Amino acid sequence: MQVALRQEDHTLIVGLGGDWELDHPTPRFDRLIEDRADAGAVRAVGFDTTELGLWDSSLLTFLLQGMNYCEAQSLEFKTESLSENIARLLELARAVPEQEIDQEEGKASLVTRLGRQGLSTFDAFLASITFTGEVVDSFIRLVLFRMRLRWRDFWVVVQSNSSGALPVVTLISFLVGLIISFLGAVVLRRFGAGYYVSYLVGYGMLREMGALMTGIIMAGRTGAAFAAELGSMKITEEIDAVKTLGLSPVDHFVLPRILGLFLMMPLLTIYADFIGILGGMIVAVTLLDLSTTQFIGGLLTPVTLADGLLGVFKGSVFGLIIGMAGCLRGLQTGNDAGAVGRAATSAVVTGITLIILANAVIDWLAVLLGV
Amino acid sequence: MAYRSLVIMRDLSFQVRRGEIFVIMGGSGSGKSTLLKHLIGLKKPAAGTILFEGDDFGEADAPTRKGILRRMGVLYQNGALWSGLTLAENVALPIEEYTSLPPEAIAEVVSLKLALVGLRGFESFYPNEISGGMRKRAALARAAALDPEVLFFDEPSSGLDPITASRLDDLILQLRESFGTTIVVVSHDLASIFKIADRALFLDIKQKTMTALGDPGDLRDHPPSEEVHRFLTRSSETAPSSIPEQHRKTRSLR
Repeated sequence: MQVALRQEDHTLIVGLGGDWELDHPTPRFDRLIEDRADAGAVRAVGFDTTELGLWDSSLLTFLLQGMNYCEAQSLEFKTESLSENIARLLELARAVPEQEIDQEEGKASLVTRLGRQGLSTFDAFLASITFTGEVVDSFIRLVLFRMRLRWRDFWVVVQSNSSGALPVVTLISFLVGLIISFLGAVVLRRFGAGYYVSYLVGYGMLREMGALMTGIIMAGRTGAAFAAELGSMKITEEIDAVKTLGLSPVDHFVLPRILGLFLMMPLLTIYADFIGILGGMIVAVTLLDLSTTQFIGGLLTPVTLADGLLGVFKGSVFGLIIGMAGCLRGLQTGNDAGAVGRAATSAVVTGITLIILANAVIDWLAVLLGV
Repeated sequence: MAYRSLVIMRDLSFQVRRGEIFVIMGGSGSGKSTLLKHLIGLKKPAAGTILFEGDDFGEADAPTRKGILRRMGVLYQNGALWSGLTLAENVALPIEEYTSLPPEAIAEVVSLKLALVGLRGFESFYPNEISGGMRKRAALARAAALDPEVLFFDEPSSGLDPITASRLDDLILQLRESFGTTIVVVSHDLASIFKIADRALFLDIKQKTMTALGDPGDLRDHPPSEEVHRFLTRSSETAPSSIPEQHRKTRSLR
C-alpha cells in the first residue's frame, strides 16, 4: 500500500496506490497530515485513486479515519474521486444504526450502579421467596388432591438418587468414617482412651458427617443436574410451553424432583451412617486392636437413637435445600450457551452454602432443646 | 454424501464461479445444509472430491487447509456467535488469529465491519442482548471479518421477518458488488433466491441427486422436472408441457 500527498490550492490530495490488504497495518491518517509543515493551510481533503490496485477493509478503515479526522478538524472530505463502491461502503459505515443504543447504561454513575445492583439482589431475594411460596402452594395442592404429580419424573429422581448415587456415597462415607476413626485413634490413644474411638465415630457419623457428606455429594451431583435439566428446558422454551398452556412449571417439573430427593436423602443418610461406621470400625480393629464386639459395644452404649434421628432429620432438610436450590437456579437460567453451566455452578454453591448454614442452625437448636 | 451407510445425495458435480451468487436449493431434508458442511470442510464426502481452486479440500494437509479456510467465511443458520464474547470480540477473533495487526487497528476494522452491517455502537453488547436479526448481521460481520473470497450462508433468512430478510439479501448483494466476494447460499426462501441468485442448484430428495442447475428465473419458466416446477412455483400443480418427458415418466413410476 502506498500513500502520496500533494497539495492543490487548499486541498490536500491523498494519492492511494498499490494493493491494500488486511494483513498489513494501514498508515494513520491523522499523522500523515499533521506531519506536514503546511498542514494549517489545508481546508479540504481529496483523493487520487488512479494507482489503486486491489483493496479490502483496510482501505475503508483508512478512509474512515480520514472522515473522522476531517470532521474533528472541520475540513471538507471530498469523496468525488473515490469509486462508487468505496463511497457507498463509507456511507453505509457512517449511517445511523436502525436501532439507537440507550447510552444511559454506559454513563451510569457509581451510585446508580450500586443502586441497580441492590435492586437486582433484592429482586433475586424476592424471586427466591416467590419460588418457595410456589413450591409450598404446589405441595399443599398435591396433599389436597388438587393437582396431579408427574410420577414418572418422581420415580426417575428416586431411581437416580438410590442405586445411581450409592457408589459415590459408599466411597465418600467409608473414607470419612475411616478418617474420623484414624484421627480418634491417634488422639485418644495418647490419653489411654482408645476404646472411645467407636463413640467418636458413631456420634460423628450419625449426628454430623453422614448427613453433611451425603448432602454435599448430592448438591454436587443432583442439585447441579436439576439446574442443568431445567436450564436446558428453559433455553429450548419447554418451560414457556408449559406456562402458555396455563400450567405451572413448579407442579410439573419442580415438585417431582424436590419430593424425590426429599424422600431419598434420609435413606441415603442412614446408608452413609452405616458405611461410615463400618470404615471407622476397620481402622479401630486394625490400629487399636479392638474387637468388633468391643467397637459395637462402645458405640451403642453412649450413642442414642436421638443422635441417629437428628442425622436423618438433617438429611431431609438438606434434601429440600438441594432440590429447591437446583430447581430455582435452573428456572433462573439465562438464554446463552454458558447459562446452563453457570446455573449448575450456582446451584452447587447455593446448595452447599445453605446446607452448612442449616447444619449449624439445627445443631444450635438441638443443643437448646437438649437433643 | 452419506451418513454411515445411508446415501443422502449422489452424483453431484458442479462448479461455483468466481464472483457469482450461487444458491443451493431444495426441499426440507434434501441435504442442502449437509452439502454446505461438505463444502466448508466440516464433513468429508463418502466418495469424490471437493476442489478449492484446484486444491482437494478433503485431502489437504493442515497448512493448506488453514490457508483455504482463511479465504472462506461462513454464516451459520443461527448465527453461531460465541455467547461469552461481545460482538466486537466475536468479529475480532478471526482477525487476531490470522493477522498480526495491532489491537487498535483490529478495533478499527471491527468497528467498520459492525458499521457495515448496521451495528455501529453495539460493539460491547453480548449476543443474548440483541435481537435475532441483529445477531445474524453480527454473524455476517464476523464471517466477513477477513474479507474472505468466498462466503457461505446457511439459510440466511430463516427466523427473520420478510423486511429483515430482505435487508440481509441487500447486504449479500452489497458484499458481492463491493468486494467481488463469491457467495454460496443454502436456501429454500423463494423471494431471496429470485432476488440474489445468479445460478441455483436444485437437490431432489426423491432422486437423491441434483436435477437442475441454472438461472432461477429460467428454471421457473422452463423447469427440467416436476419437482423443480413445484418448488419454484410453490404449487402442487401437475407438470407443464415444457417438462422433459423422461422426468414426468420418472415421477409416474414412483
